[in-house]
Amino acid sequence: MSGKRVTFKNFWLAILLILPQLFLVFTFFYWPAGEALYWAFTLEPPFGGEQQWVGWQNFETVFADPLYWNSVKRSLLFAFSSTALAMGIGLLLASFVDRQLAGYKVYRFIYFWPYAVAAPAVGLAFRFIFAPDAGFVSAINVWFPGLWNPALDGFDAMVLIVLANAWSMVAYNFIFFLAGLQSIPRSLVEAGAMDGAGAVRRMRDLQLPLIAPTFFFLIVINITDSFVNSFGIVDITTGGGPARATDLMVFKIYSDGFKGKDYSLAAAQSLVLMLMVCALTFIQFRFVERRVHYS
Amino acid sequence: MADILIRSVVKSYGRTKVVHGIDLDILHGDFAVILGPSGCGKSTLLRMIAGLEEIDAGEIAIAGRVVNELEPRERGCAMVFQNYALYPHMSVAENIGYSLKIMGIRKAERLERVAAVARIVGLEEFLDRRPAQLSGGQRQRVAMARAMIKEPQVFLFDEPLSNLDAKLRVQMRIEIRRLHRRLGGTSVFVTHDQVEAMTLADKLVVMNAGRIEQVGTPKEVYHRPASLFVAGFIGSPPMNIMRVERATPGLARLASGATLQMPRLDTVPESSLRLGIRPEDIELVAPGTPGAMEMPVEFVEELGAGHLVHGEFEGAEFVVALPGAIEVVAGGRLHMRFPPEALHMFDAVSGLRLDGGEKASGLSSGAVREFA
Repeated sequence: MSGKRVTFKNFWLAILLILPQLFLVFTFFYWPAGEALYWAFTLEPPFGGEQQWVGWQNFETVFADPLYWNSVKRSLLFAFSSTALAMGIGLLLASFVDRQLAGYKVYRFIYFWPYAVAAPAVGLAFRFIFAPDAGFVSAINVWFPGLWNPALDGFDAMVLIVLANAWSMVAYNFIFFLAGLQSIPRSLVEAGAMDGAGAVRRMRDLQLPLIAPTFFFLIVINITDSFVNSFGIVDITTGGGPARATDLMVFKIYSDGFKGKDYSLAAAQSLVLMLMVCALTFIQFRFVERRVHYS
Repeated sequence: MADILIRSVVKSYGRTKVVHGIDLDILHGDFAVILGPSGCGKSTLLRMIAGLEEIDAGEIAIAGRVVNELEPRERGCAMVFQNYALYPHMSVAENIGYSLKIMGIRKAERLERVAAVARIVGLEEFLDRRPAQLSGGQRQRVAMARAMIKEPQVFLFDEPLSNLDAKLRVQMRIEIRRLHRRLGGTSVFVTHDQVEAMTLADKLVVMNAGRIEQVGTPKEVYHRPASLFVAGFIGSPPMNIMRVERATPGLARLASGATLQMPRLDTVPESSLRLGIRPEDIELVAPGTPGAMEMPVEFVEELGAGHLVHGEFEGAEFVVALPGAIEVVAGGRLHMRFPPEALHMFDAVSGLRLDGGEKASGLSSGAVREFA
């Protein structure tokens, strides 16, 4: 059994090679996740000492809190609107580049850059641009005084973080949509044109159904991303305000845990968020993927 | 009347010019075949008629209307693509009926018309299938049905038979021809296959390097090729070309010293001369006949109905087509006579036919057609 002996020979080498990665995954994922699981079911005494096992009490507190349900609602609103916006714009830009309108070679590169910008940097840029008194947008307030003020108006604040998040996701969607569109044989789209379909009709009837797998993949990625990676933007631009209008789930976990020093409550919320993202992804795979034609 | 009039049409990709000012008239009811080697611009020309490719200069008019700036859907053409370009996510019926759906025709009428067209091409039993479940020939039929259902004035075919096997190709060729007669529109068919071109065309357009070499009926093009290119491109095996060393009126002397009677050679061009003869026009004579040419036989290709004798003559490859009854063996010698009326004369520099070959013009004879 020479095959077996070779495997045995390389066993320790294999372990050695995967060890650094295992170490990283363990240190930054499994360990904190395990810790959170433990915290979620215990309570830390305010003046030190052993943690107390409290069972489901943390979860009961979380679900009884109207502020928590507010953050769930805000998160859903944020996730769905920024996903819709980012995918819509990404698809539009990709279809322009796919049709090789003037300058498409340049756009192919510059559209991808925003994805390389870290969320806090995006937040900072948008905070400057959309500052009601000094940003580019302040011009609007000159014409219509008080129309735009994300520091006072919850709706404006939500618009601001949705725009910022969508802006950074557009690049990612653009690249995938473009790859999808370019994988469709050109003659197919031309046949559509000969059949009398205009550009919008061809997109709806031919191109979108054919890139449905890409579309579905991007929905999953965008929604998941909007739920878990929005902290940087919220923290820099609105800080969850005004009046908790942008108090997204991740941001509430952070402020309850590190500002309110209530690790147990924060840990319980993390678990709920994790389960929610899992559930959403499951629903998408179960019900959306069914309607996708993999041709 | 769906005439297609093409005037000085030019197309370039970047700095490369691929179509150099083409003039061509395709009249209502014509079955025009554009034939040429790959890269000669024939598909580009077809796509410019369809509206899938922009026209850089010149004009194309369909049914009396200049279409340069019109979208494909406004031109009244239907097209069959080389790879069929069926919509993979739609059933056969949906594929065929898609253009009707876009026109906003009610579902009941749509299904009726789809069924009618499907009957013509023999697809009634496959209407619910997806293209992936069809054979190559069936897909080809779907593509044809999809083009037919709009009842277009103009049919465009972009090498539609090149993905089919030989038997199916012959069958589809006949069906396309039958459909053309039945529908009575104007058809433009692009191919690089000369058999396809000869059998389908009323009007054969031979293109090379972005230019039209000759326009005519298949017979004209075969019997009076307008240039050395056409002579070498049409016919299988192609025409034999010989170099003429010296020529005086009525007489041509070949490199080996052999002389040929040339009754039609009354003016000798300053540039050198090429003579061409089709392999099947060569006659065999008894050895020792005055004026007989002699060629050593290198090998013989057996075709069943006849055979092709290959050898070297006047320093170039030479083919003679003989009926099956005549026995020839490799290593022997062939004694041949070139009937003067079967000889074609070309100018070696311009490549053009000398004895009154038509100019390479695609314009229809008679009155000059003007369009706004």
